[in-house]
Amino acid sequence: MKKADAVIIGAGAGGGVVAKELAQAGFHVVLFERGRWYTAADCRKDDLRNQRTTLLGNAFGPEDEGQPRVAVDLNGRERIVLPSEGSYSNNAACVGGGTLSYGAMAWRYMPQDFRMRSTYGAPDGSTLEDWPITYDDLEPYYEKAEHEIGVSGDDSGNPFKGPRKRALPMPPLPPTREFEILEPAAKRLGLHPFHIPMLRNSVPYNGRGPCMRCRWCVGFACEVDAKNGTQNTVIPTAIATGNCELRERSMVSRIVTDDRGHATGVDYYDSDDRLQHQPADLIVVSACAIESARLLLNSKSRLFPNGLGNRYDQVGRNLQGHAYTGAFGAFDSNVYDDLGPGAGIAISDYNHGNAGLRGGAMLANEFIRLPIHFINMLPPGTPRWGKGHKDAMRALYRRTISIQGPTQEMPVATSRIEADSKVRDRWDIPVARISGDRHPHTLEIGTAMAARAEEWLKSAGAVQTWKKLPGRGVSGGQHQAGTCRMGNDPKSSVVDRNCRIHDLDNVFLADSSVHVTNGGFNPVLTILANAYRVSDFLVRNRRRA
Amino acid sequence: MHRRSFLAGTAAAAALSGTACRRDTSNWRTLTGSEAATLAVLCDQIIPGGDQPGARWAGAVRFIDIQLTRKYKTHRTAYRDGLQQAEAIAHSRFKSALVDLPLAQQLECAQELERQSPQFFNLLVAHTMQSYYGSPRHGGNRDAVSWRMLGVPPLPVRGQNV
Repeated sequence: MKKADAVIIGAGAGGGVVAKELAQAGFHVVLFERGRWYTAADCRKDDLRNQRTTLLGNAFGPEDEGQPRVAVDLNGRERIVLPSEGSYSNNAACVGGGTLSYGAMAWRYMPQDFRMRSTYGAPDGSTLEDWPITYDDLEPYYEKAEHEIGVSGDDSGNPFKGPRKRALPMPPLPPTREFEILEPAAKRLGLHPFHIPMLRNSVPYNGRGPCMRCRWCVGFACEVDAKNGTQNTVIPTAIATGNCELRERSMVSRIVTDDRGHATGVDYYDSDDRLQHQPADLIVVSACAIESARLLLNSKSRLFPNGLGNRYDQVGRNLQGHAYTGAFGAFDSNVYDDLGPGAGIAISDYNHGNAGLRGGAMLANEFIRLPIHFINMLPPGTPRWGKGHKDAMRALYRRTISIQGPTQEMPVATSRIEADSKVRDRWDIPVARISGDRHPHTLEIGTAMAARAEEWLKSAGAVQTWKKLPGRGVSGGQHQAGTCRMGNDPKSSVVDRNCRIHDLDNVFLADSSVHVTNGGFNPVLTILANAYRVSDFLVRNRRRA
Repeated sequence: MHRRSFLAGTAAAAALSGTACRRDTSNWRTLTGSEAATLAVLCDQIIPGGDQPGARWAGAVRFIDIQLTRKYKTHRTAYRDGLQQAEAIAHSRFKSALVDLPLAQQLECAQELERQSPQFFNLLVAHTMQSYYGSPRHGGNRDAVSWRMLGVPPLPVRGQNV
């Protein structure tokens, strides 16, 4: 097979950006994706089978057949889990990755989020650390992501954000009824509410139309293609250069290295399940935190008997997501206006500066709750079934607001991904084994955030409120991060500040696995921005033939 | 590969319906007629009718029957055993089939089933809720009845109402 200048593994947020940047710079790129390419026509509006509600399966991969993982619970019991089960900790497997079906909040992390250890010190048992880069290093790339992929919103009312040089390219969507109720309530509390930045067209942008405000948003592909992911922006651009070949339904099994510690290509199973080899000068891994770690661990060789980048047993550790916590408030009149995506207003007042707490969370009103979600969101004490449950659904569905936030987690080394020693997938590749627990301080922070959410709802006039508290157990899911952290010390990190694996001169990571900490925000804009930054380094340092 | 698994599936379905025909003249995919009747009673206890239809009218049995051939096929034995147990409870308490009991006694039987077999009952609650509040495309939520009840506008379909 003809040698490629670069192989990129995983066509999600990170891989899509790198593919476009390298292809435009003249690299011949092969972009691998184990899933398929779905389009707006695959929206389906199926409440029971989408990427967030997987009761009848995932909509955008992976399929339940032949792609298990092993989950270890808090008592050490192992269980084989399927992609549609919660403990699989799935992110989508398709062109665009999570960005096809996400809620699309487009947060910049705050300057403190890159300096967590310096700001707070690590609690006992946590590997809380600073990033080797700062907010200022990433700022130009945040801006590039906001403009190239397309972000609407207005965070000018947020005094806590890091400095930005350019305003967002699109205005926010018009406010919903929830926004109008919550905004004055936040101001009464002395808080600073603003319009959430979203990777969603509010006006025509990038040749596609605006959001039609339906309620099938997070978890679904957008029917009118108003949600911006890599599948409808940078990946088509990369392919249009003529320099990028996308290989769908192709599973990379191993990165191949020579005896000098140099990667020479990848082994993969093509769409007909035939084993192939693709030689390349440069390898970029962007398969998301769990699968990227799994691939490195499975890429063993004589020189790297424990897998790539794993000389000091760091690959797969510090797996983290977000502890989502918050509250529900019932109001005495209708607050439901059926205007998607629902989420629209946020505060960043509690991300940092909470007495006794190391960090916090952005708090926002939730995406529209579909009826199937609401069955489990009723106040404590509601009968689980029967007339009492049905009556509560009828009484509360249109009268309830939920405020939630992604609590920043304290990373722990024992929350980790390993390559399982027994269970293999349908290509005979060892599967990911997930084990660990949340740090107790994460639970403390989450509990405090739930109380703040409840205060906001009460200020807004809620007549009854109830909390959603954080639970124990390993965290990951769509916000999975941290398994191959960035750092200056090879003994406590996997990649350097340019996201190159310490041991190898030509293998880079460009996804959430490099996040040292994961902010109190949805991580995608940081993944996109960092992918632009890594691409910039690769293009500037391209070896001349 | 796909053709082979399709043929295998067809053969299995034929065998299954053959079995069902011998045991019971059932129009269901996996359930016998009497199992379906027992299930309908239980579903209607989980989401009862009233001024708005309950789970039975909305198609809970159809939803569960379809899903027992697909995603929930691993639960077939649980349903077979659980429904049998529901009838056993009705017989031991009231010397009657569950379907013939008045609503108040059916409720007692459902509560007893929840005590005796919490695992099956939880499954039943979850699946009944899915059938009633989920998308009508899966055989439940007939005429989007739950969405209308909650005051949620029906599905926007591009070119029709959007």
